[in-house]
Amino acid sequence: MSELLQIKNLSKIYKTAGGSLSVRKSSVSALEDVSFSVSQGQTLGIVGESGCGKSTLGRVISRLDTPSAGEIIYKGENIAGKSLSAMRPLRKSIQFIFQDPYASLNPRRQIGAIVEEPLRINGVSKEERRSQAQALLERVGLDKGSYEKYPHEFSGGQRQRVVIARALTLKPELIIADEPVSALDVSIQAQVLNLFKELQEELGLTYIFIAHDLGVVRHISDRIAVMYLGRIVEIGSVEEIYSDPKHPYTKALLSANPRIGENGASSRQILVGDIPSPLNRPSGCSFHTRCPIAKPECAINSPALRDIRGVDVACDLIS
Amino acid sequence: MTDREPAVQVLSESPGRIARETLAHDRRTWIASALLLFIVVLTLSAPLYATYVSKTDPFVSSINGTTVIDGQEVSVLQQSTEGLRIGVNPIGPTWRIGSYALGADNQGRDVAARLLYGGTNTLLIGFTAGFLTITIGTLLGVIAGYSGKFVDSFISRILDVIWAFPVYLLSISLSVVLLTSGFKWGPISLEAGSLYLPIFIIGLVYVPYVARPIRGQVIALREREFVKAAIGSGAKSSQIIFREILPNVIPSVIVFIPMMVALAMLTESALSFLSIGVQPPDASWGTIIKDGLGLLYTRPLVALLPGLLIVITAVSLNLLGDAVRDALDPKARMRGAV
Repeated sequence: MSELLQIKNLSKIYKTAGGSLSVRKSSVSALEDVSFSVSQGQTLGIVGESGCGKSTLGRVISRLDTPSAGEIIYKGENIAGKSLSAMRPLRKSIQFIFQDPYASLNPRRQIGAIVEEPLRINGVSKEERRSQAQALLERVGLDKGSYEKYPHEFSGGQRQRVVIARALTLKPELIIADEPVSALDVSIQAQVLNLFKELQEELGLTYIFIAHDLGVVRHISDRIAVMYLGRIVEIGSVEEIYSDPKHPYTKALLSANPRIGENGASSRQILVGDIPSPLNRPSGCSFHTRCPIAKPECAINSPALRDIRGVDVACDLIS
Repeated sequence: MTDREPAVQVLSESPGRIARETLAHDRRTWIASALLLFIVVLTLSAPLYATYVSKTDPFVSSINGTTVIDGQEVSVLQQSTEGLRIGVNPIGPTWRIGSYALGADNQGRDVAARLLYGGTNTLLIGFTAGFLTITIGTLLGVIAGYSGKFVDSFISRILDVIWAFPVYLLSISLSVVLLTSGFKWGPISLEAGSLYLPIFIIGLVYVPYVARPIRGQVIALREREFVKAAIGSGAKSSQIIFREILPNVIPSVIVFIPMMVALAMLTESALSFLSIGVQPPDASWGTIIKDGLGLLYTRPLVALLPGLLIVITAVSLNLLGDAVRDALDPKARMRGAV
């Protein structure tokens, strides 16, 4: 399988807002030295706590945000430094799906117009647009009448289907979905996830699927990257990560996921304390402040990802 | 194939149509519109009234003029019969259409005809200045909000300069300066007595009151996901502004219209009252109030009637504004529906 996307040492630093005259300036590094690759037709799930930088990662890869450093190699071309206008022709093949289906649709336009808009931007004729949009709406499971309706007439799940239809109009190869089902009811979540899977099989799509729900990620992903404070701490295949988590953070994350038929909290590994602020990142391994197996040297050395039994793990204490 | 969620509504309703229907069911809309329509038609009939009914020229003083009441010819300005018997009193309201129905002012001019002509000017300035404010304000607000960075700072600081002055202080100062010298800038040249002067002055001083909220709204909209999605599909700035942002700003702009027209009208009347708005011999409701000030004890109607008309117009404009705002604000609508 060929690599569709390769991320090399990607960083994103946000300067915190101080006025132009303010002397004190601080910065938040939302992403630090993130590297991974995604193969054509695969799904990479990205999990982590709130604020770990997973949404930032998605926005930077889709170039809705500009990375501070690093490379984003998409189909052999580095798109990290491209200007907005230089990105325009590439936008077609990378589409983004947002978390909130209520904010993703312009409330003043008809569903048909919303789904057609990407085609219109790219100069497709009116009849062509209409037939394509109707076909797509039907494909994502909405009935024909939806074309003339307005977003406020739809439920969250239906709206997310519209969002998916819109993302598909330009026949993209890579879809970055930022928590696409977390705003939906559990029953609807399953339907939308299945839609994602069907579309992947039909159209050969590649997904980067960002979520905090481990069950969701497991269902849809081929590989999983676990993020903590802007870094990837473990990345590997779904089977490896779920059956044999290696990084202490991954272990804690998985044990926090409730499972049926297991005897309560005894087997759970509860992390102490909150995730540290990225404004004030711990030295060395960012996780050492909460890590159950931390040693003094963890506060000094920053571990790099290394291969441990088929999975890349960023921890020096595991072998 | 996935399960379909049932379609709840069959009939499709656009947000615009919902607002129009809400508006049509609001009693305030009809009351305010009827009052406004009445006043507009009334003022527009001014030339007809002056030519065919009162047969006087309301812009020329007729100190020696006469009118016929009950077959008798009566002077428009009568010698005072009280106190020291000096000075003259203009004829009071005769309540006879065609012969100084609402009396004369101290130059012997028909108050009724002047009220109608004055209303034309006041409404003309109110509407044009109001729309000028809305147009410039929306334009600047959208440009500043969408561009951000330097353009935003530049426009915002200019607006801050205007905003820093109290509206009346600024419009009075501008009027005083421009009315004495007229306005000349490049190809634009306005005479000192021109009606355009108050229009431009009033149109200008209220611009920040529209531009600022619009700018804030555009900044908020720019960060919304559907705008990001448009960027993600390769949309150009012009496409984003016209198809994603403007349709969401228009409702606020519509809400501003009646309120800005009312404000402009009130400001015009205030300036004219201070003799720095509409210049004689032209009339506006403001100048008529000023004319009536000296007659307040003998002929109070001369000052009260234009005041009353200003109040009615301003109140109906605000009433209409409230109705429009409630119709366009879906949250207010939900409160009403429950």
